[in-house]
Amino acid sequence: MSQVDIHNDNGLKLTGGQLFDPERGLVANPGLLIRNGRIDEIGASVQEAEAGSEMNADGHVIAPGFIDLCCNLREPGNGQKGNIASETRAAAHGGFTTVCASPETSPVIDSGAVTNLILDGAASRGAVRVLPIGAITRGLEGELLSDMAGLSAAGCVAVGNGSRGVRNARILRRCMAYAQTFGLTVMFSPENSALAADGYAHDGQVATRLGLLGIPEVAETAAVMEMLLLAEETGVRLHLSQLSCARSVDMLAEARQRGVSVTADVAMHQLAFTEEALSGFDSRFHVRPPLRSESDRQALVAGVRAGILDAIVSQHQPHDSAAKQAPLPATEPGLSSIESVLSLGLELVDRGELELSGLLAALTTGPARVLGRHFALQKGALADLCVFDPRSRWLPSSQTLVSAGLHAPVMDRSLPGVVKLTLVEGREAWRASEVVL
Amino acid sequence: MTANDPSPNHLQLTRDGQLRHFLTLDGLSQALLTDILDTADSFIEVGERRIKKVPLLRGRTVVNLFFESSTRTRSTFELAAKRLSADVLNLDISTSATSKGESLSDTLLNLEAMASDMFVVRHSQSGAPHFIAESVTPGVAIINAGDGRHAHPTQAMLDMLTIRQHKGRFAGLKVAIVGDVLHSRVARSQIRALNVLGAEEVRVIAPGTLLPRDVEDLGCTVEYDMARGMKDLDVVIMLRLQKERMEGALLPSEREFYRQYGLNQDKLALANPGCIVMHPGPINRGVEIESAVADGPQSVILSQVTNGIAIRMAVMSMAMGGQMAERQQKQQEEQA
Repeated sequence: MSQVDIHNDNGLKLTGGQLFDPERGLVANPGLLIRNGRIDEIGASVQEAEAGSEMNADGHVIAPGFIDLCCNLREPGNGQKGNIASETRAAAHGGFTTVCASPETSPVIDSGAVTNLILDGAASRGAVRVLPIGAITRGLEGELLSDMAGLSAAGCVAVGNGSRGVRNARILRRCMAYAQTFGLTVMFSPENSALAADGYAHDGQVATRLGLLGIPEVAETAAVMEMLLLAEETGVRLHLSQLSCARSVDMLAEARQRGVSVTADVAMHQLAFTEEALSGFDSRFHVRPPLRSESDRQALVAGVRAGILDAIVSQHQPHDSAAKQAPLPATEPGLSSIESVLSLGLELVDRGELELSGLLAALTTGPARVLGRHFALQKGALADLCVFDPRSRWLPSSQTLVSAGLHAPVMDRSLPGVVKLTLVEGREAWRASEVVL
Repeated sequence: MTANDPSPNHLQLTRDGQLRHFLTLDGLSQALLTDILDTADSFIEVGERRIKKVPLLRGRTVVNLFFESSTRTRSTFELAAKRLSADVLNLDISTSATSKGESLSDTLLNLEAMASDMFVVRHSQSGAPHFIAESVTPGVAIINAGDGRHAHPTQAMLDMLTIRQHKGRFAGLKVAIVGDVLHSRVARSQIRALNVLGAEEVRVIAPGTLLPRDVEDLGCTVEYDMARGMKDLDVVIMLRLQKERMEGALLPSEREFYRQYGLNQDKLALANPGCIVMHPGPINRGVEIESAVADGPQSVILSQVTNGIAIRMAVMSMAMGGQMAERQQKQQEEQA
């Protein structure tokens, strides 16, 4: 790979390899010329064009930069777990060019001031584009409406309650009706808190064997049903975050058929792992919603294949080591996952569970659609791209991981898929060093 | 531990298959469980001597690390360690205030600095002994004295010893476990032990609110009706019911529970004539069990307590033996 000088307005030429075009799928790369932060030229004519630098992408895949609908940057307030600089760089390492920042910061994103703080931080220290999600209730406490119009004006792309519920259905209904007034998308991770209670593991075989406190599927499905009915009634655009149950996928498909305006995502770890991951009390796999049964996993993968689940997210939750160094019930939930999303997805492709184009769609066009953004790989489009080698491998470790959180889902074996180059508006956000493994 | 290796054995067994920690019965073979029972049998005789000591753990320091208080279990571990000639330190550490993860790690570091050889751990959180075994210095043995709802392997083994003493075998036995299975680490370990040792049937008898999800997968059948459940039984094990179970809408009242699931002479008469009655203690008379049954001829509750010391001696000496064998092996490998 030749040196890429992205600051050179003479441009960067990407030749060879395959190109993931959202409209046509994977095609042979006809040649891409990037100049001034945009795709300046696309097609055979690029071969002849003059450019300051050139990269031969033979054997690689060039894709639009990935978009993550759920990422915890931990800033402001949790600097010991991560910050905008470290976690956006981790995102770039994972091939992401846009991340939606979860409102669960400290203070939470429930004011224009906090929104600006994050956007300013991202502008000065961020490696990738950051789109904040506003809190739908003040302090995320599930009681009082937040200043949603103000949040939207400050730059929040949606409103949600992170992983926290709201107090009751009446408040939820009013949240939706108010968000609908301003055309805001509402993002919820559905969980009935009374049914989830003190649980931290899927209420199934493994929790029974290990004596872990279970969260039954109905904690999710009852909440999904309630949210679908309320969205239908209020007419709000609803996005269900991080589904974990087979039944949720069925209800989602059925609601869509009925014409409810609803989209949904699933975290990559829900597609790659099951409750069995907790078998040795491995606290890394303490996640919320919990990893569920193999049949749930298969239904979620099928949901992605069928396009019922629009997006795959990282649900990246970096932690300091103390948060995970304890008996499992006392640990904090969440994986440091954003750098492994592509690799775990490629393993699903290798096992024949997903098509490569389906995986890439769920990381690009799917989440773009949820955010109401048009997305095309064409002349004049912003040059948000990632170039990865699906066949070379890397070993996640404290040396190779960029995130401040070192509790990645796989740490003891190599994974396929090395991101060679991530460009955000033509700027180099990540470039792989030559020795990865 | 990797996500794909559900077996705890790499943690609690040496490469040669000897115990080095005793965390759970999951993954332990029938041969190993039988070995524990046989070793315990040999220690019963020690308890009958005038000088009740053997020098197996002489010069070793055993720390009873109880994050959850339990006078009886701690006392039997202490007696067991002393009969093996170990020095014993008892530490009762409340889990209430700040002692979450970090302080648990810190507590361990401090204790290791005292050059302890074995930690006997009781903790309210499932998996705490696993966590300690994974983070402790190599060479220090961890014995699980009960963790959350997960496991209480020494209690289950002393129950197995009691059953073997009275029944002489496991094959063909029908055993019921009655009461609060949901919250019971004892029941989980007992079901496992009975399955590995070859009992014909393990039955759990409880209302739906006190049974964990998919409990059958542990290797048992479910019976809601106690009268039906008592039929053909050779052993009935009653579990302790905590008072706070009424508060979470798991049960209406102690009185209704006793009527439905308490063991009295009438219900016991439905079992096989020689059916023995067990209880891990402490007993709630009139809640789980009628006094006439608890103190009656079929009750073996007190021999459970006696056997507790022998089982704990067996497990402690075997785990220490495994640790020593492993250390020797490593030294030899380093020399070679």
